[in-house]
This record gives sequence, C-alpha cells and structure tokens, in this order.
Amino acid sequence: EFRRFSLERSKPGKFEEFYGLLQHVHKIPNVDVLVGYTDIHGDLLPINNDDNYHKAVSTANPLLRIFIQRKEDADYSAFGTDTMTRKKNVLSNVLRPDNHKKKPHIVISMPQDFRPVSSIIDVDILPETHRRVRLYKYGTDKPLGFYIRDGSSIRVTPHGLEKVPGIFISRLVPGGLAQSTGLLAVNDEVLEVNGIEVSGKSLDQVTDMMIANSRNLIITVRPANQRNNVVRNSRTSGSSGQSTESSLPSSTPNILGNLLQGEEESDEEDIIIEDSGEPQQIPKAAPTSESIESLSQIELLHESTQNGFLPSSEMNLNHSAGSISMEYEAPEPGRKSLEEDGTIITL
Amino acid sequence: MRRFLRPGHDPVRERLKRDLFQFNKTVEHGFPHQPSALGYSPFLRLMAIGTRSGAIKLYGAPGVEFMGLHEENNTVMQIHFIPDQCQLVTLLDDNSLHLWSLKQQGGASELREEHRFTLKGPPGSPPSATQVTAVLPHSSREVLYLGTESGSIFVVELPSFRVLEDRTITPEAVLQRMPEDNCNRRSCELVEALREHPKNPDQILIGYSRGLIVLWDLQNNKATHHFLGSQQLENLYWQRDGSKFISCHYDGSYTQWPVSSDNRQPEPLENTVPYGPFPCKAISKIYWQTTKNGLPYIIFQGGMPRASYGDRHSISVIHGSQQTAFDFTSRVIDFFIIFTSDPAAEFDDPSALVVLAEEELVVIDLKSAGWPAVHPPYLASLHCSAITCSHHVSNIPLKLWERIISAGSKQNVHYSSMPWPIDGGTNIAPDPPQRDLLLTGHEDGTVRFWDASGVCLHLLYKLSTVRVFLTDADPNDNMNTLGEDEWPPLRKVGTFDPYSDDPRLGIQKIYLCKYSGYLAVAGTAGQVLVMELNDEDAEHVVDHAEADLLQDQEGYRWKGHEKLKTRDGPVQFEAGFQPFVLVQCQPPAVVTSLALHSEWKLVAFGTSHGFGLFDHQQKQLVFVKCTLHPSDQLALEGPLSRVKSLKKSLRQSFRRIRRSRVSSRKRRGGGGNASEVQEANAKFDQDALQEMELAPVQRKIEARSAEDSFTGFVRTLYFADTFLRDSSRHCPSLWAGTNGGTVYAFCLRVPPAERRMDEPVRAEQAKEIQLMHRAPVVGILVLDGRSTPLPEPLEVAHDLSKSPDMQGSHQLLVVSEEQFKVFTLPKVSSKLKLKLTALEGCRVRKVTVANFGSCKTDDYSENDLAVLTNLGDIQIISLPFLKLQIRYPCIRKEDVSGIASCVFTKYGQGFYLISPSEFERFSLSTKWLVEPRCIVDMPEVTSNNHVHNRPGTENAARKS
Repeated sequence: EFRRFSLERSKPGKFEEFYGLLQHVHKIPNVDVLVGYTDIHGDLLPINNDDNYHKAVSTANPLLRIFIQRKEDADYSAFGTDTMTRKKNVLSNVLRPDNHKKKPHIVISMPQDFRPVSSIIDVDILPETHRRVRLYKYGTDKPLGFYIRDGSSIRVTPHGLEKVPGIFISRLVPGGLAQSTGLLAVNDEVLEVNGIEVSGKSLDQVTDMMIANSRNLIITVRPANQRNNVVRNSRTSGSSGQSTESSLPSSTPNILGNLLQGEEESDEEDIIIEDSGEPQQIPKAAPTSESIESLSQIELLHESTQNGFLPSSEMNLNHSAGSISMEYEAPEPGRKSLEEDGTIITL
Repeated sequence: MRRFLRPGHDPVRERLKRDLFQFNKTVEHGFPHQPSALGYSPFLRLMAIGTRSGAIKLYGAPGVEFMGLHEENNTVMQIHFIPDQCQLVTLLDDNSLHLWSLKQQGGASELREEHRFTLKGPPGSPPSATQVTAVLPHSSREVLYLGTESGSIFVVELPSFRVLEDRTITPEAVLQRMPEDNCNRRSCELVEALREHPKNPDQILIGYSRGLIVLWDLQNNKATHHFLGSQQLENLYWQRDGSKFISCHYDGSYTQWPVSSDNRQPEPLENTVPYGPFPCKAISKIYWQTTKNGLPYIIFQGGMPRASYGDRHSISVIHGSQQTAFDFTSRVIDFFIIFTSDPAAEFDDPSALVVLAEEELVVIDLKSAGWPAVHPPYLASLHCSAITCSHHVSNIPLKLWERIISAGSKQNVHYSSMPWPIDGGTNIAPDPPQRDLLLTGHEDGTVRFWDASGVCLHLLYKLSTVRVFLTDADPNDNMNTLGEDEWPPLRKVGTFDPYSDDPRLGIQKIYLCKYSGYLAVAGTAGQVLVMELNDEDAEHVVDHAEADLLQDQEGYRWKGHEKLKTRDGPVQFEAGFQPFVLVQCQPPAVVTSLALHSEWKLVAFGTSHGFGLFDHQQKQLVFVKCTLHPSDQLALEGPLSRVKSLKKSLRQSFRRIRRSRVSSRKRRGGGGNASEVQEANAKFDQDALQEMELAPVQRKIEARSAEDSFTGFVRTLYFADTFLRDSSRHCPSLWAGTNGGTVYAFCLRVPPAERRMDEPVRAEQAKEIQLMHRAPVVGILVLDGRSTPLPEPLEVAHDLSKSPDMQGSHQLLVVSEEQFKVFTLPKVSSKLKLKLTALEGCRVRKVTVANFGSCKTDDYSENDLAVLTNLGDIQIISLPFLKLQIRYPCIRKEDVSGIASCVFTKYGQGFYLISPSEFERFSLSTKWLVEPRCIVDMPEVTSNNHVHNRPGTENAARKS
C-alpha cells in the first residue's frame, strides 16, 4: 500500500504524532510498526524518535519516502549503511526476507532499544593510570551496589612522597551495577565524582555527592589493579599528554565539562500530577531551553519559508502545534504509564 | 557561554555583597555549660564565671557582658579579682595562672588575657611542691600569695608574675614558734585558705588542711599566732572588724576564734555543728556578716546530716531565729554575698546571696522578709527542661509584646522586687532595633517566651500545655510543702527540672502569628493545640478533634506510644495563651511540621503518616492526606526506628570502651593484680581493634527509591495565595513536602468573612510534584510577580508589607536537602535549579528567607535564602536566581545537635545551641547586629592610702 500526504516542513511536530498520523492514514491504529526512510545516500534508516524524525523531514529532498513494516515481521538487518545500494529492492527484501538469509547478518538492535549503558569514558583525555566510569543506573533495576570508605594513598607532591587521605571503594554488592559491569573494583581510589574532585571532602560528603548524582554517576578512579590499563600507542599521542605526571591528582583533567552537564540535565526531570491525573514529566520553562532547540527551530523555519510546503504533498496536514503541550516532550522511555491525551492532530 | 561566567565577577555586585552580608558570632545567651568557678568584685560590681572548657564570662548590669577563653581549654578552678583594679586572676586545673584585664578600646571595654604563669619549683622537687591550692591577691595590688599542696606559700609580683623567692613562707618558718608538742611537719601540708586581715594588710591568715591556722606577720616574716584546730579545715572567714575569724570544717562544724594582741595560746570561742548531732557533711565555705541590730547572718554551704540529707545541695542562712537551708536543684559550685560597698561602714549589712549551681544561678534577697529569690535578667537556664524546638518571631507589635509581658508578670509574683544587685559597668549598646521573641519548646510540654531583642535573653512568659491532658503525675503533689517544725528547714529554690513526667508532652513545633496572637503548638504524641491570647484567667472546655491520617489504609498496627488522654470538662487556664482547640493525630506520631494561617483561620499539621488541615474557626477537620508508602513498615509501626543507628552506636561504644580502658591503664600504676588486668585489657583492646579493622567505616552508595523508609514523613507545610489552577484566578492553597521528595498542592476554598461560619472550607488536590532525586523537601516558597516571597498572613492587612504582585506570574521554589528548584506557576515547568549536594557534597538542614539591608543606604534591601548545611556552613543564596552569594563556616559539623537547633530570624540573624543551656547568637547582616557593648570604669577610690577596712576581694577559693 502506498500513501502520499504532506507535512509542514517548518513544523514537523513530534514523532509520536507522526506515528499516529501514519497509523491513521494506513488505518492500522493498533498495529505496531517500524518506520524507515531512505536518506540521501540511499541508506535505509529508522524513524523512531523525534530526532531522527526531524532529521528525516529536514533532509527530504523534496520527497520523503517512508517504509513501514509490521513490527513482528520486521527485518532489523535491513537497516544500516548501504542498504539501498546493496539491495535494490528493499520492498522485496522486506516482503520476502527468507531469500536473503544465506549470510547471517549481525543483528543490531533498534535505536529505540538503545539506552545509555555503563561504560568507561574519556579514555583519550585521562592519564593512563586513571579510569573514568559512568554508571548508568537509568533503565535498570540493578542497584548501584558499592560501598566506599576512608583510606590513605601515596601521592607524588613537590615535597616528595606523601601519605594523603583518600576515598576508596570498599565493597561491591553481588549483582549490583558496579560488580556486574566490572567497572569498579574493591580498593579503587575515588578521585572525582561527576567532575568534582573529592580531595579534602569527607566520606559523608562524598557519599552524599554520589547519591545526589546516582542517576548518572560518573566516577574517576585510580584502579587498584593497574595492569588492565589502556595502553596507548605512544606516550605523546592523545590529548592529555599527562601520563608522565599521572599520579598527581591535580593533573586530573577536569574536562567533564558541558557535555556531561547537558546530558545530565535531560535525565532527571521531575514528575507532576495535575488534578489527580496521570504523572507527566515537568518540562523546562521556555527561557532556559532556548539554546539548541530553539536555534534549530529557527533554521527549520527559515528553510520552510523558502520551500513552503513539500511539493509532493497530496494531503495537507493541519498541524495544530499550538495545542501541543510542552509537557509531552521527551517522555522517559520505560515510563509506560505516560499517556498522551493532549495531542490533537486534525487532518 | 553563560555557564563560563562565574558568579562573583561582577564588581558592582561584589561591593553590594560587602554592604549586605557579614558573619559575626555576637553573644552567648543562657547559662554557661559546666561552670566550675565563681568570682565577684564588690569594687567593680562584676561577677565572673569560669567553666570546665576554659571559658571565663563576666557579668554586670544587664547588657554588660564579657567573655574570654583560655587557650588551653582547661577547667577554670578559681577566679580572683585584684582589689580595686579592672583585673582578675584565674587558676586552671593545669596549675597555670592567667591575668586578665578589662581595657578600653574604641570606646568600649574589652576583656583580654595579659599574662600567663606557671609556678616552678626548684629542680627535682615533686609537682605537689608547686601545685597551687589557694590564691590571695593582696590589697596592695602588687603581689599574689599562692598557697600550695606542699604547704609553702609563694609570693609573686604583679603583673609580671615574678616569684619573690626571699618572701616565700615555708612550713619550717611557720612551725618555728609552735608549741613543742604540736610541732609536726605534717600539720603544714596543703594550704587550704589564705585570708588577708581586714584592717591590717600586713597580716594574713593561713589555714592548713589538717586544721592548723596561723596568723602571719608579713612585715616581720613570722607567725604571730597559732590556732590549733583539731578538725580538717575547709575554709576561713574574717569578721569585718578583724577581731574574730571563723573556720569551717570537714565534719560539718564551724569554729569562732578570737584574735587578741597578746601572746596567749588562742582557744576557740565557740564550736558549733549546726545540723548535728549525727555525722554531718563538710561545711565548705562560710560567711559571718554583721548587721546593725547585732544579729549576724551566718551563711554556709553544706553541713547537712550525712545519712538523711547528704545528697542535698544546700546553703544555709541563719539570722537570729530565722534559719533556712536553701535546697538547690544541682551541685553548688560556689557562692558569694553582696554587702555594703562602703568601706567605712561599720557593718556588713548583707543584701543578697548569689549562688552559682551547676545548672543555674540563684540570687536570694536577704533584705526582704521570707528571703525571696530575685529574677535574674540574664544567665537564664534555657534547659530547665530540655529544649526540643525553637521558633523566632521578629518585630513583635507593641500591643502583643505588652500583653505577653503582662501575662508573664502575673507568673512572677513570688520573685523579689529588689533591683538586680550585680550592676557594674555601663551598657552603651544602642537600643535594640525591634522587639524580637524567641520561643523555645521543652520536653515537659512548656513553651517559654524569651525577649531576644538584646544581649540579655530574658524570660517573659512561660506557657504550659500540660493542663489540657491527664498525666500520671498528680498536679497536687507538692514536694516543697514542709511543716513548720521540719528539720533541717529546707526550701527548694531554682527552676532547673530536667525530669519530664511524660515524654509525650514534649513540644515539637511552634508557630506564632504576631498580628492575631494566635499560637499553634504541636507535640510528640501527635497533639496540635491552637491558642489565643487572653489577658484574664479563664475556665473553658477545649474543643477536641481527631485526625486519622491513615484513613483507608488497613491492617497496620501502631506500636509506638499511645495518644495523650485529655481532661474532660472545663479546664482552668491562667492569663496568657489559652488553648481552645486540640487536634490529635492518629496514629499519635510526633508532629513533624506545622503551619498556621491566622487570616484563613486554618492550621495544617503533618506527621510521618500524612498531613491534615483543620479549620479552627468552625472547629472542623477539612481534610487529611495519607502520604505513607504502603511498604513503609518502619514509619507505620512506631517512633523512628533505631535500626540504622544501632550499628553505629555499637561501633562508637566499642571505641569509647577502648579509649576509657586505655586511659585507665595509663593512670593505674604497677602492682601485682594490675598487670593481670592489664593483660586482659590489652587482649580486649586487640579484639576490639580487630573487629574494627574487619568492618571499617563505610558508606553504601545507593540511589534513593520510592520504597525507602519514611518517604511519607511530612517535612514542611506552607500556605500561599497563588495561581494554582490557572493564571487568571489565584486562590488559597496549602503545600506539603515529604521526606521522599514529593510536593502536594491543595487548592482551598475559604468562605468570605461574612459567611465564614456558614460554609465549610473545601480543599481539593491540585498538583503533586515528585522530585526525581527524591531528597527530602525542607522548604516551599512562592514568589510573587516581582519575585518577592509572599508576605505572611495579615502582614498586608497591618500595612507592614506591600501587597504581593498578583499581575506577574508567580514562581514556586522547592528546597530539598540536595537541590533548590524554581518552577513556574500555575503550569509547573522547571525554570532554574541549584544542585548543592552534587556540587559540594553538603545537604540543606535549615533554610529561611531573610531580608538583608545595606549598611550604606537605608533604601536598599533584598531577600535571600539563608541556608545551614549539614557541614555547619551557612550559605546565602540569592532570590530568585539561586546564586550562591557567600559562605561562612559556623558550626562544627560534628555538632549535630547544634545544627539541628539552629533558627534563623527574618533579618539575617540566628541562634543555635552550643550546649544544652546556651544559645550562640550570630548575625549574617551588616545592618542588624546585637552584641554586647559596654564600658567598665574604675569607680572612684574613696581613699588612696589603702584603708583596708573592707574585707578585700571576694575570694572564691574552692577545691573540687
């Protein structure tokens, strides 16, 4: 089945609305589908969130061709680089996937199933002896699962070797995030918590800092076991170049910076229940969210005033953007109880 | 780029901050913790109190206060003023002597330490040779006589503390002219007392511990008389004319000795055991004061019959046939008598007895019949019953102030009308800028109203909530009713009474509306009382309601204390705040938050189970809301469980045991059995140590979850007239914040005044906000269209505040222990936040809006948040932009009770407990500063050639 309809390029709206629209025009309101499109390189790419939906709309030139698959029949392997050039007929591929089962593809899960996971980060900017670990609690039921204690460590200072107090990992809870990811080990020395040095802070202070950041905890440690360190190709490579003085805590680059802060902002939205209704995320008030979002909005607007509506449009989509409440922006995945009752799309 | 602009780089703002904020600890209110010594200067009319922590505090007329601290933090053993000087000498328990003086500096007097000195004996001599036991500042002001444990008396020059070795009075010299049969070296061990002759500065009286008393001639350097006491000596006192002296003894006796000019061996005139014939306790200090009518006042400490009254802390006053043994609530540290200050007067003519007990200061008027107590203007015992909460109200309207004072004066009729007798120095501090009340809630169910406007924290009125309830203690049970023929004639004095009849009576939250005189008080057993100020005594029934906070939650059993039983029928109340409504929460858990809106006549209260709203006009419960998480068993079952702290306290007690064993081992010398014990101890130590190494202090790192305990604990309640539903209509609202990071907002409908009694108050939940970081919500605040906090109820009606801006959009500030967040209203979207804990690792303990005025211009002031963190730091955070302005370390982070007791005032001052009995006052403002500022001038000395017909300086020589 093929459908053609138009979208307002300047106000593409939300993915959810778009998805509803697709279900509506295909008259499949209760069927889960995968949505894909071909980008300018001919790759078949998924549309499953606001970002790639906006990207798809903005790169449509002039036509946005969209493929819809029933979710249970979906061939995930179809997505990816070179999909369109490799397989001339995607549709046949989609409809008769068995023909192409000769070579097993590496199955990559859908981006919608992606979530940030715990990992070692900033390897390129940290001294080799240090390790920066992100424990991503979000979306798992696992406890963080570790304990910290006071201790002392030997530091190289201008006055020679000195014993200084430090904070150490004292215990891992079996099955906890720390233990199961293997990112932290007993006796690792904690140097920073979310970019803030712990030297001079008490055990209780560091505990409170970690708990306050528990939803996205980034700990810089000096692992007790220094044998598993990342070995760089040459000492001069990498952006830090500080490996020679790595034992100095002061040399720890404090470049956690804005990226982390920014990420952190988005992951911790409070929830409001109005008039005993359903819980919703509390959005940011307009002035503070100006920075990137509004900027891209302006660009889009600019583009659309040049192009007007997409020429290929057959149906006009009256998008009542005004009625769309900010509160439904970026719903938390996993928070299934969220309902979207404020969205109104008229055709 | 904004985030790279660091705060504090704007020079204009920096300058303004200097004009607005300044941190000072200004004065300590209350009674010094663990007093250890007392001194008095009749010349300066100043009293000095030393403490076990090495503090020394001077008090004179109300407002005249000085404080000093010995660097060593050792116990102050003795305090002696130098006669006719603004100087005093202290003796610490490390045997060091310190010379302090009052010097004028910049128009005000200051107490400063001038010199310190430790007596050193010849090389090789035992420490007892120089252990100072008695100090006598000589009236010549040039020398100090130091009696020692070895019996030698050293003479040191003032103020240099140079030892005049040739003038040392050795036991050998003393014994030279002794009658042969009594000549025993041991009779000169330990100098117990040194007293200068009241008329002849060349003679001093030396009392040795074993009973020997010697009159020493300083000119000829020889003993003129030996008085052979048979009893162990405690103290000595010269009579005014120098013809007799009194010695008091360990066996509870005192002896009068005549001093004649001839060389006869003196015999005692009279030996009395006032509370004999059964064995008595020691009389440790005695006064013999002469009067015009010939009957002396004999005033002594102790001497009670050992078996039946040995545990009493008493001071007896005997005047002719009158005899009273004042029975103090705690150990007597020391006392002195205030008598005529005219050196030429013939008689002592005592006017007041000043007693420093361990927990309070008691002054007895000796002039008035019945010897009533004098109400002290300072040194109030804040802890007569333990303080459980405090509440500060700034700028009290004069009318309310006068009514409270009048209610208080009716309670104080049994006090003497004598003006405060210790009246040295001049208070030159400016009058307090406003009338401030500090209300303290106590464990025994009382609320005390203190005048906190100035330097002297003065009790105005005491309110008791006990009358409303039926308690185990019989109110008619009066321990003090003693018959006429009771012996000894004990009379209880003082107010210190730390024993609570019923812990459920304890006051937990107080809210006073200064405009309407409504007072709400909430306690440990879920009781909430609303009171009204009545100038007359009244008898009425207290309306009673119950608030079932568990509502439809079922199957839970409260294992905590029962609710308080109420008294049926009308209750008699004295003038003052009289309760008219009692709401009892069910389960009767401790009330954790309280808010009163006097304009809407509503009171809101919260416990660990939920919160409720009560209409105290119609006396109707409006609604209750259960905040309990179903899985939260701990909160359900009873008072806060000790599960978590148990481990910690075990660990601590382990350490304590270890420490005490180590120290006791140090003290213990050798000996057969001891080594065995030592070994056992060492083994124990090792075990304990091993235990500790196995389980080091560690902290679990875990995200908070909805299932944690006590998430439903209501931490804060707040009334606001704001835009809750839509931006066109504002309405009364009630906000509640819980321990689990939830904020509830209820829309209230309060009937207009004319139909207030006819229509019910309605409430409807409008919002519920869950902070994702789930930290306890400790403060909720609504900012109006000008970003100014909403005024208090009735503030606008009394023209004391601009009416709030209802045109611009309102904002909601939610303060959790970890973050400050500003949301828009009525649509809740997040606007700003400050993540304090994530950045600094500290948590918010107390937060208040404070108004800061500029010290440069009168027309500038701003509202900021004053915040106390769990590290004891005070931070000032700007409104509405949540920028950290300044940070001051204030309280040690280990001082948990100090941090918990802190209250901020509305104008940037604050109080916190530095001990159970003392508030430290501090100021964050440059403009509002209450601190002592006083001058002590040298009074005119009537005659310059040292007519020493005055019995010198009060000598508070005591050994403990």
